[in-house]
Amino acid sequence: MKALLHDWKATLVLVGPALLVYTLVVLIPILWSLGYTLFEGNVLAGFQFVGFHNFALLVADQQFWQAVLFTMKYAITVTVGQVGIGLLLALLYFFALHKSSGVIRTLVFFPVVLPTVAVAQLFSKLVEISPQYGLVNSLLATAHLDSWIQPWLGQGGTAFWVIVFMDIWRSMGFYAVLLFAGLVDLPGEQIEAARIDGAAGWRLVRHVVLPQLQPILFSSLIFSINGTLKVFDSILALTNGGPGQTTTPLTLYMFNTAFSNGEYGYGSTIATALAMLSLCVTLLIFGSARRDVA
Amino acid sequence: MLRTLTNRQEMEASVRKARTRKGRSAGRLVGRLSIWVIIAMLMVIEVGPLLWLLLSSFKANNEFTLKPLWALPAGIDWQNYVDALTSGNIGTYFLNSLLTVFPSLALILLFGLAAGFALEVMVWRGRNTVLLIFLAGILVPVQIVLLPLFTIYFQAQLIDTRWALIITYTGFGLPLTVFLMATYFKAIPRELIEAAVLDGASIYQVFLRIAVPMVANGLITVALVQFFFLWNDLLFSLTFISSDSLRTIQTGLLNFTGEFGQIQWGPTFAAICLAVFPTLILYLLLNQHVIKGLTAGSLKG
Repeated sequence: MKALLHDWKATLVLVGPALLVYTLVVLIPILWSLGYTLFEGNVLAGFQFVGFHNFALLVADQQFWQAVLFTMKYAITVTVGQVGIGLLLALLYFFALHKSSGVIRTLVFFPVVLPTVAVAQLFSKLVEISPQYGLVNSLLATAHLDSWIQPWLGQGGTAFWVIVFMDIWRSMGFYAVLLFAGLVDLPGEQIEAARIDGAAGWRLVRHVVLPQLQPILFSSLIFSINGTLKVFDSILALTNGGPGQTTTPLTLYMFNTAFSNGEYGYGSTIATALAMLSLCVTLLIFGSARRDVA
Repeated sequence: MLRTLTNRQEMEASVRKARTRKGRSAGRLVGRLSIWVIIAMLMVIEVGPLLWLLLSSFKANNEFTLKPLWALPAGIDWQNYVDALTSGNIGTYFLNSLLTVFPSLALILLFGLAAGFALEVMVWRGRNTVLLIFLAGILVPVQIVLLPLFTIYFQAQLIDTRWALIITYTGFGLPLTVFLMATYFKAIPRELIEAAVLDGASIYQVFLRIAVPMVANGLITVALVQFFFLWNDLLFSLTFISSDSLRTIQTGLLNFTGEFGQIQWGPTFAAICLAVFPTLILYLLLNQHVIKGLTAGSLKG
């Protein structure tokens, strides 16, 4: 019995293939990428050791800081939107819909599984202005609000909000289900007790429900901010970072640096900066969570 | 769940007694009404764009220029789908996606099942460390491995082949799969495995005949989650594939709308519908599995 479960040959056969592929595709490239930050060049032209030159470049690079700023702005806006609206939906499911919320939960969740490129193409057609008006401009024209008609994706300001709206639209059903599951798991007694004491509506939510929901709210925030800091697909397909560089996040800036300009070393440095950024933000949220609990 | 519901009903009954009958029913009516308004708005926002997409894909091309975009299609015109599949190459992209996604999926599930079993059921030193190493993979940003992988595949002459995608998909699908499989194996009663061992089964027989059938449900969930990740992948396909004949559906769609989607809206809408179609079908059939799998992956990750 013991011998069978301790059989190291069988263990190797079972865990070996997975560990091998994972090491080759994920682990080694991570270390390799860190090494790249000390080099200049690319796979065709060859590499040259430059020490910490890439990091010096990074600090002085205005485009990099613009991308950092955009990434932060986008990540914070979308995270607040995703988790905030998700929470409101979860409360709606739990307190207002009761048993009939299953169908609505399933419908609102649906965009989560749709390909981002397809959704982005759909949204770009929704807000299109030329060669013909998309649905939004078309409706505005019908309502005689001609001054509101504009190239939604052609201006940095409106393009930002189209991206934000699309990504919240895609993911709010996900956070709604996540937080709804948290609500269902809450001990019912405390909520009942508060109700007997006369708490209702917003006061009940604010003082009784939210404090108990805090752990799952924090994990939602961490999951959301980590996803949004790495935004790539939706922006590439919707605006490709434009107009100009106004909607370029770090991931896209890294991609263009590496593959359009052939600067692998500098590209890896940007990717490392991104990894550091998400680590710092995650730790920051963890830290504030601790303080709140203590 | 059931318990809280009945508790709430009792609660509501006692609150009801405290209020006057008239005030209560008027208040309730307003409350009910506002909830229905919110739900109606929610449906318009969530389902509206998708409905518009579907209806637009049936419009003849001159309907886009002659009528406002919110108008209903004059009839069901399948020509857009024919155009998208043939001259738009969507048929090829679709096939390419199938040919990369399913081999990767098979490898992910096979390796993930075996590794999950070894990590949870087998007894060996260092298994917790290995599990942690797999877990770390869930947190790493994909961008960081992109350039080294490109270099490796370039040297191995795998750039612009399906192998580059299959290998990458397998590597990145494994962390979550291994982790979820390990938690599913944990739920199997140890006595069952011990009984099989006492009956003289070999460890591989225990794995294939006892353990795997017991996690079949979890396997479906994991397979679905991975399918959506792979089918919707853009970054890897964009990086490792350059020739048009090997593009997957997402990069193909990106290219499609770039090339003639600006002018011909009908085929573009049809192409988007085709890219969405498999995810829609799977979601319609198995949505509870999908929701469970995707949310489990996030919270534990």
